[in-house]
Amino acid sequence: MKQGALLEATSIRKRFGGFVALDAVDIAVRPGERVGLIGPNGSGKSTLVNCLSGAIGSDTGTIQFDGRAIERLPAHQRTRLGIVRTFQIPLPFASMTVVDNLMIPLRFAARHRPGTGQGDSELEKALLLLEEVGLREKADALSAGLTQVEMRKLELARAVAARPKLLIADETMAGLSNVEVDEIISLLLKLNNQGIAIIMIEHIMRAVMAFSQRTIVLVAGKKIADDSPDVVMNNTEVVRAYLGE
Amino acid sequence: MTRIPSWIWPIVAAALVFIASRVVTNEYYVFAGYVVLQYVVLASAWNILGGYSGYVNFGSAAFFAIGAYGTVVLDKLWQPPLVLSIFLAGVVASLVGLVTAYLTLRLRGVFFAIATLALAIVLQTLVMNWDYVGGPLGYYCMRPSSIIGFPSYVHYLFVVMLVLALVAVLVARAIKLSFIGHGLAAIRDNELAAECCGVPTLRLKVFATMISGALMGMAGAPFPYYITYLDPNSAFSLAYGINSIAMPLIGGMTHWIGPVIGAVLLALIQQVATVTISSELNMMIVGGLLISFITLAPNGIVGLFEQYRQRKHQCAGR
Repeated sequence: MKQGALLEATSIRKRFGGFVALDAVDIAVRPGERVGLIGPNGSGKSTLVNCLSGAIGSDTGTIQFDGRAIERLPAHQRTRLGIVRTFQIPLPFASMTVVDNLMIPLRFAARHRPGTGQGDSELEKALLLLEEVGLREKADALSAGLTQVEMRKLELARAVAARPKLLIADETMAGLSNVEVDEIISLLLKLNNQGIAIIMIEHIMRAVMAFSQRTIVLVAGKKIADDSPDVVMNNTEVVRAYLGE
Repeated sequence: MTRIPSWIWPIVAAALVFIASRVVTNEYYVFAGYVVLQYVVLASAWNILGGYSGYVNFGSAAFFAIGAYGTVVLDKLWQPPLVLSIFLAGVVASLVGLVTAYLTLRLRGVFFAIATLALAIVLQTLVMNWDYVGGPLGYYCMRPSSIIGFPSYVHYLFVVMLVLALVAVLVARAIKLSFIGHGLAAIRDNELAAECCGVPTLRLKVFATMISGALMGMAGAPFPYYITYLDPNSAFSLAYGINSIAMPLIGGMTHWIGPVIGAVLLALIQQVATVTISSELNMMIVGGLLISFITLAPNGIVGLFEQYRQRKHQCAGR
């Protein structure tokens, strides 16, 4: 294991029937790092997120997180250890109020981590988080009635409520306006300032360039670049994958 | 003013029902009341899995019949006290729930429902071919002599079912209000999101299936003594599967009181209809009510009540 890596996944493979979605992908994240993950449609970004978060199992490969092998753990245990993801299409608990949405990870994930038992009650923590993402007035509204951008914020707040060490934000900004994109970026930067490492999966290049310290490019299930955003953008292979010859 | 905790009400209601059973002179009411209470157990039990977590179980009759046939086996062996039969029925039914859960809970939506329906059919076929318990001919179950302190054995069965109903309602309430109920609600809304929020979805579903199955099995255990003649068609009756879904649906699935309201209402209507019109009409009534509730009030009577309260609240706020 590399010195000081928070997450280190090596040669992750995933096939769906005859289709190779991920072909020996390596990915490492240091504590508190901001990583951008980009790639054309169908390149395996979401599959990688699913394999890392445990939503689906990888066929081969090892995943080390915080010094533990986690590739065989079910998703809820990975969440409890501190790998928390958001979904590309927000999946709120629609029958619950906004604040009750946050109570789920607070009760089921954050509680299982040391050092979270004291202090504010869970309800206070939930309200504080809603304050942070700007959804405080919506606390008692049904989550099904939120707007798109509000749902994305709820999705982020719910992930943060699980007290992640690593947050995987899967296309948190798809379909949002420019102003809203900026709002979400500053929110993610704020979370990163609190020490949370973030993998951002995104199609919006502007957001990736502004946000990430390191950018990883997946094409057809293979990692073709892994470097600072500027270097990656000038990589001929990357340019070819995005723009063609 | 201190708030009266809501668990008091089921106990008060049970006490009143008990007193009423001692006051009435016509034993038919006690006989009919047993069926209503039996449905309170079945509906509350079904709702723990079906209502809270959204996994629709069509196999209630299977769990009920496990309890009923468990009693038949014990009756043939050494006629233990009924309380012991009920306890054992609960244990066996929860184990069947455990196995069913591991085999089927990875299935979602309609596939789970079909698998549970299959469970009932498979078990019925097994019992049909099991000569020890009478096979298709059924089994005559002699009621033991009357129990001290009860006017008749039917009274005794009534009180046993009353206690079971109380237990089922209190268990369903406790689960709903605990973190388990909260986790099951998350599963119902979105299972993947729940899992990724740290909810141990498989474990909670297995737990819900076991508790639900155990209560259904316990409800079935006194049945052979109640009906005195048990055959596969009555133990695996379609009515159990349909009613234990229809009752929570009509009463309201998101609150623990919903199945109780639905069970009392529907079972009473069925009992009255059986006596006054015909027993064949029952399922038609259930069907009619079910269709009207699904289209007009999908959240059941509890949902209607909450809507009304919200509207009143809004008016008062203005």
